[in-house]
Amino acid sequence: MEEKKDIRILAIESSCDETAAAVVKNGREVLSNVISSQIALHTLYGGVVPEIASRKHIEKINDVIQEALDQANVSLQDLDAVGVTYGPGLVGALLVGVAEAKAISYAAKLPLIGVHHIEGHISANYIENKELEPPFICLVVSGGHTHLVVVRDYGEYEIIGKTRDDAAGEAFDKVARAIGLGYPGGPKIDRVSKEGNPEAIHFPRAKVEDAPYDFSFSGVKSAVLNHINGCRMKGEDVVQADIAASFQKAVCDVLVAHAMKAIKDYGISRFALAGGVASNSTLRSMMKEACEQRKIAFYHPSPVLCTDNAAMIGAAAYYEYRKGIRHGLDLNAVPNLKLGER
Amino acid sequence: MERESDGPKVKKVLALDSSGLVASVAIVEGNEFGSSLLAEYMVNYKKTHSQTLLPMLDEIVKMTELRLEDIDAIAVAAGPGSFTGLRIGSATAKGLGLALQKPLVAVPTLDGLAYNLYGTEKVICPLMDARRNQVYTGIYEFRKGLLERIEPPAAVDIREIAERLCALKRDVVFLGDGVPVYRWKLTEILLAELLQAGKNHFYAPAHLNKQRAGAIGTLALQYMREGKVQTAAEHRPEYLRLSQAERERMEQASNGPES
Repeated sequence: MEEKKDIRILAIESSCDETAAAVVKNGREVLSNVISSQIALHTLYGGVVPEIASRKHIEKINDVIQEALDQANVSLQDLDAVGVTYGPGLVGALLVGVAEAKAISYAAKLPLIGVHHIEGHISANYIENKELEPPFICLVVSGGHTHLVVVRDYGEYEIIGKTRDDAAGEAFDKVARAIGLGYPGGPKIDRVSKEGNPEAIHFPRAKVEDAPYDFSFSGVKSAVLNHINGCRMKGEDVVQADIAASFQKAVCDVLVAHAMKAIKDYGISRFALAGGVASNSTLRSMMKEACEQRKIAFYHPSPVLCTDNAAMIGAAAYYEYRKGIRHGLDLNAVPNLKLGER
Repeated sequence: MERESDGPKVKKVLALDSSGLVASVAIVEGNEFGSSLLAEYMVNYKKTHSQTLLPMLDEIVKMTELRLEDIDAIAVAAGPGSFTGLRIGSATAKGLGLALQKPLVAVPTLDGLAYNLYGTEKVICPLMDARRNQVYTGIYEFRKGLLERIEPPAAVDIREIAERLCALKRDVVFLGDGVPVYRWKLTEILLAELLQAGKNHFYAPAHLNKQRAGAIGTLALQYMREGKVQTAAEHRPEYLRLSQAERERMEQASNGPES
């Protein structure tokens, strides 16, 4: 019988403000991972402007893909498939990657695999943790998502909790703007918090009735705004670092509590963080400590794999490829694609 | 074999246009002595270009038994048009160019539209609805068989273009998906003025009045002879309009210091 052949996948990601391409071998080995970030551009507008993001994607995408192929030292003939994020995300931004990936797959006669962006974030954990296999529980926290997911098997997900309003990263961005830190909020709050007292101000830890794993962050965000207004009315100083640290602690407390409840209720002994907010140092250290106390194996991707990237899409595409999932030339961008749907 | 003895090598182009309501793909071949449309597929139905454009291309490639490696360039209607539509066409062309290692030829959408009316004595005014009471438009004419611009493509108020046409005092023919939107307004502004000058205005018939990739491909053959080609990497659409966020930011910047 034939030896099991190596599978190399070219992956493309353009769902928000990073234009990214990667070549990934067998789902776990990153041969290249190229990211062209637009953060500096969007900072001018205080957040991602969809039309500007889409325009930037089309300018950069070929260079990014070529760079990924060159760094991996492969040509299209050496590849086995093309994977691409087709949702969720900004529709105009997604369409650039989808149209490009379809044309490459068509012209190079390679199978096409559409990948769910969140499935990509979850799969980022496979890259640096060779021993990690499903089942595990994953908390996906980013600017657009806050999902608590039971990963039953590769490509099989049960979402047990999600946010009812703002995503965790969105709350970070809004609070950062309110206290004058600007965009992107996550990394800035993380840094400023190190000089603040997380117990200085008590912000609410919201619970959602009858949905123990769901999140709500609009309350804590409003509480921060009220606190700032209160300070101004009383003529008190607005202590940026204390607000940042206290807000961050409030959000992380809820994330940790929900994750630990899920671990206990579902009896699963592996836990992974994923998504942009997974780089937050406080969230990581609190999760690590909570997992250690319970003897739960804790995983998280390194920062470059937490942010939007294509290596994670290549990892996810590999397991889809193994299952025989293929998409046609009519693949469309689906801005509100649900996890586990195809 | 026959063709090679005829003269300069025949070049073959894949052409795409998804700039407006129409999705269109074509395969055109030719040299300076003549050109031939091998296949063209246009659909003026629902705007789902992301789902239809590549399957349409695949269909004509199969029908003509084309080996993709044998094409010389990929031509694309490069704008103006629907921002998303333009990017679907561009990203498709760029992906094909990257994979096949072929150059791209960017043909302005309005030039492609005007070229549908090859050889007319009238001036040609393509109109694409640009929303916000504007049209993407230009004014063209044929001189010695070549398409020339009287007014270059721009996003302008419908009144502005109508007034320029009045001033030209020539027969004018309109086409494009902006026609149904502005037809009555144009008649209202133009009719009396042009009649006074003994001229009139016309609307192109169904088979000529929308984007056709065949026209994009044919113009691309001419551009290639003139050396007007791009790499797939450097190609990007010509929107002729900033994004709303950029526009507002510039307005603020220009108002800011004074107020």
